[in-house]
Amino acid sequence: MTDLSLTFEPRALAPEQEAIRDEIRAFLKDEYDRGTFARAQEAMAKHDFGFSERLGAAGFIGMTWPEEFGGRGLSFLDRYVVTEELMAAGAPCGAHWVADRQSGPLLIRYGTPEQRERFLPEIIAGKCYFCIGMSEPDSGSDLASIRTTAKKVDGGWLVNGTKLWTSNAHVSDYMIALVRTEPPSDDRHAGMSQMLIDLKSDGIDIQPVKNLAGHHHFNQEMFTDCFVPDDMVVGTVGNGWEQVMSELAYERSGPERFLSTFQMLVELVRAVGPDPDEIEARAIGRLTSHLMTLRNMALTVAGQLTDGELPATEAALVKDLSTNFCKEIPEVARLVYPPDAGAGDNMKYEEALATATLYAPSFTIQGGTREILRGMIARGLGLR
Amino acid sequence: MNELRTMILDTADRIFRDKCDQTLIDAAEGGEWPADLWQTVEDAGLAVAAVPEEQGGAGGTIGDGLALLKVAGRYAAPLPLAETFLAGHLLAQAGASVPAGPLTVAPVHRGDPFDVPGGALHGVASKVPWAAQAVGLVVALPDGVALVDPADCRIEPGSAVSGDPRDTVIFDGAAVKVHALDDAPERLWRLGALTRSVQMAGALEAILDMTTQYVKDRVQFGRPIAKFQAVQQSLAVLAGQTAAASAAAENAIAAVEAGGGEAQIAVAKARCGEAASSAAEIAHQAHGAIGFTHEYALHQFTRRLWTWRDEFGGEPYWQGELGRMVAKAGADNLWAFATRSS
Ligand SMILES: Cc1cc2nc3c(=O)[nH]c(=O)nc-3n(C[C@H](O)[C@H](O)[C@H](O)COP(=O)(O)OP(=O)(O)OC[C@H]3O[C@@H](n4cnc5c(N)ncnc54)[C@H](O)[C@@H]3O)c2cc1C
Repeated sequence: MTDLSLTFEPRALAPEQEAIRDEIRAFLKDEYDRGTFARAQEAMAKHDFGFSERLGAAGFIGMTWPEEFGGRGLSFLDRYVVTEELMAAGAPCGAHWVADRQSGPLLIRYGTPEQRERFLPEIIAGKCYFCIGMSEPDSGSDLASIRTTAKKVDGGWLVNGTKLWTSNAHVSDYMIALVRTEPPSDDRHAGMSQMLIDLKSDGIDIQPVKNLAGHHHFNQEMFTDCFVPDDMVVGTVGNGWEQVMSELAYERSGPERFLSTFQMLVELVRAVGPDPDEIEARAIGRLTSHLMTLRNMALTVAGQLTDGELPATEAALVKDLSTNFCKEIPEVARLVYPPDAGAGDNMKYEEALATATLYAPSFTIQGGTREILRGMIARGLGLR
Repeated sequence: MNELRTMILDTADRIFRDKCDQTLIDAAEGGEWPADLWQTVEDAGLAVAAVPEEQGGAGGTIGDGLALLKVAGRYAAPLPLAETFLAGHLLAQAGASVPAGPLTVAPVHRGDPFDVPGGALHGVASKVPWAAQAVGLVVALPDGVALVDPADCRIEPGSAVSGDPRDTVIFDGAAVKVHALDDAPERLWRLGALTRSVQMAGALEAILDMTTQYVKDRVQFGRPIAKFQAVQQSLAVLAGQTAAASAAAENAIAAVEAGGGEAQIAVAKARCGEAASSAAEIAHQAHGAIGFTHEYALHQFTRRLWTWRDEFGGEPYWQGELGRMVAKAGADNLWAFATRSS
């Protein structure tokens, strides 16, 4: 029939995980009480190097990595719990996020011993930040069509081309870039490789791309004969496509996807108060029924990762549902509790609504568009 | 999933696969009691799977009983299995023994008036599932439950959009013994909502399977319609709704089994109801005209969804309940509320 498991058997958290939850909640409460951050909706976009370092020092980065690399050897479920707490608190995780979520695991899987030794301890310490160099001006959903090339030279590679939409490139130390090491052939997925690029190298021009909210979050990078030493190739030359796909499974399975506008929901609950009318109660209840269901589905996926499975289709399904849910929150909120409904003292609510509304379009685009994810689900159903 | 539950579910699946086909469902909707199917289910211990052995059951957990209803939903089984489960549960909770045979429950409608002056039951229960076929009717009263012999009541048969019986039961003075149980109507209402959620989750799985198969088989413009991206995208949504309903139902089962579930039941009924509406729409669209015929079985599932989503409180009711719980907990406790497991 289908190779997609639709049952999503509940995954109960063990006492160890609840203990880790207490740990991270205590850490966050301390940070919050000291006023180090304001609860932000675009938590993933907000970066704070000091916060990342303190989080790393407290042992919350690279938690799942083996102890030999400085990690804590914990499970995906443990990491899941920490991640959802960080997201729900709106903590500024933008700086270390990519390194923790996907670059580190990629290096553990495909990196050389030297690369692991060099990068993993720094990432774990919250001091080394990565960005994702996949998309280009003419290659979005069709990632295999990338044109950035790396040409073999003595001792390394010369990279030429343009990467685009790179989140946080301007605050990152390294990019893991997907590049063509061979010209396109009949096998569209052949001839690509992944390279670690030091963003301070010569031959890189990083330009900000302001988003519609007016914020500088993503960037464009132009590479002109940028030299990348041989020891910065990740994995095998020519194996880039397979490596990138495994990376995307990590990217899509996290709890951040259903919590992007969580702060907006919190403010809606605050705005309507303890005694909502019927319409308000139903709206909040409906959104909560989605929130709790999606959270349980994300937990199931984290559990499958813990068990050593790679539930790529399930992750795509949860991401599709989650991103649509996050987009709905501001739309429901403005109808149930119009921004001009309060007595003018609703700054927090209006701010949350504005931010959620402005960021909503990006949710179903980044990390794979809605249409691409649904295509993956359809493949899982055996339709293509 | 533990071994016992797997065994129960496998048995149920086998029985329904063997016996519960489109013809049988058709006949049942035409008023024919599927006696053989019921007997097989009962003989396998499935009718009272969740009732303790000393009260006449098979000794499974409440979760076993609920999980079984998902399988029944997957086959649109035209039997009062959810009702027998509910009746058995209420009787067992009240310390009474559970009789053999199909049972049902009342009231399933909030606001149906009941009175028991001097031990004689008076009142009208509307839309009672399978009242005419049941050997016992368990009535939830403010201070307990009573097992009533249908022969002592007047039953006016009716049916729902699902095609299953929904009868009006008039009690005019049947002598009843009330077994004390706190909040019996509330228990029935909540657990009833969960049974319908679980049944919907099962039916949704069947609908997804059917629709997936259909679009692979149906050829237009020289290729299976599954190859059209528009069709693929809408089936992906159908899969998402099905998975969400299943997750919501399964989590409510787990929460109830852990002794809680107040919020999770509200989540399940609200979420499954929403999924049912969306999924039925998509499934019919993907089937074209054939899905609108009586001959093709899709309607046996979609009609049940359309009934089940409204019973024991529809989405508005449970969304409202959940919303009030959230509001009461307060904005700063929303996260803690959402992450409680039971
Ligand atoms: C906030 C944000 C942050 C991002 N951060 C990064 C980053 O850090 N690193 C990085 O590499 N990239 C990043 N991206 C880029 C992101 O991965 C791409 O935007 C995404 O893959 C889609 O590509 P595109 O924007 O070129 O859209 P396109 O691929 O051009 O798609 C446009 C529309 O066409 C649809 N479409 C395309 N192909 C098909 C198809 N086969 N079938 C049906 N519909 C189709 C799409 O679904 C979409 O609706 C980011 C994007 C955003 C919005």
